[in-house]
Amino acid sequence: MKSSILVFPGTNRERDVAHALVRAGSAEPAYVWHHDTSLPPSDLIVVPGGFAHGDYLRCGAMAARSPIMPAVIEAAAKGVPILGICNGFQVLCESGLLPGALMRNAALKFVCRDVTLEVATSDSPFTHSLAKGHRMTVPVAHHDGNYFADPETLKALEDGDRVAFRYVDNPNGSINDIAGILSENRRVLGMMPHPENATDPKIGRIDGQGLFTAIATALEGAAA
Amino acid sequence: MKAKVHVTLKNGVLDPQGKAIHNALGSLGFEGVDEVRQGKVIELDLADTDEAAARAKVEEMCKKLLANTVIENYAIELSA
Repeated sequence: MKSSILVFPGTNRERDVAHALVRAGSAEPAYVWHHDTSLPPSDLIVVPGGFAHGDYLRCGAMAARSPIMPAVIEAAAKGVPILGICNGFQVLCESGLLPGALMRNAALKFVCRDVTLEVATSDSPFTHSLAKGHRMTVPVAHHDGNYFADPETLKALEDGDRVAFRYVDNPNGSINDIAGILSENRRVLGMMPHPENATDPKIGRIDGQGLFTAIATALEGAAA
Repeated sequence: MKAKVHVTLKNGVLDPQGKAIHNALGSLGFEGVDEVRQGKVIELDLADTDEAAARAKVEEMCKKLLANTVIENYAIELSA
């Protein structure tokens, strides 16, 4: 599996994602700078967490208009799986690859702690080997993770089985306890929690590993 | 020309910051405040001298970057 990880000024979880992907069997991922205008051949594109462009204007707003993004949008149209985590989820919403928006946490505080998620659908390359209802405990670290979508968009997400993860105990006020959503073709996943930071027994939990293993098996299967 | 862009949250979008300001005003003793909504103002100094052209340009800036129309409305104010 060949993966590309986007890097913006202020991105800070790119190595964490790379570590998780390599543990799941990926080749060493390529880091792609935001000023680049093309991607190397990729079976997976990751938009990692951090604070791209200092979160100025709106989280992810400027990153979503970076020179690299037209190539990402083109890859998405071809069905290349895209995973956006935390700030990456914000970038994907700002770029229009996912619907809705991430707003300031309802309690206005930055939340940095472990949360428990429930898998809401197994129907995606990211969750196919995780049973619906499966629980995993992974960290969150964000100030703007309060997912919002208008009633029509929300209905389309719910009716289309496009909520990938829900919080068991909502930390940020997200509508319908949404922690992660899928695009209409189910190939783009955005989520606020950090599964990549729960993939190595050396730092505690490995609950997040299942997601990366699922991606690796889905993509290796597709390549074979 | 100068342009002032007012970006505000759409009706129905929860504004936790506005709520916090509302609470703070209440604890300072300001009564009779029914609601507080927080937005932002972006000031632009433009080379354009034609109002219609400037408005069209700022409109495009709002749609592409300055506002997220999923959650925000914008209003443009131009002055010489």
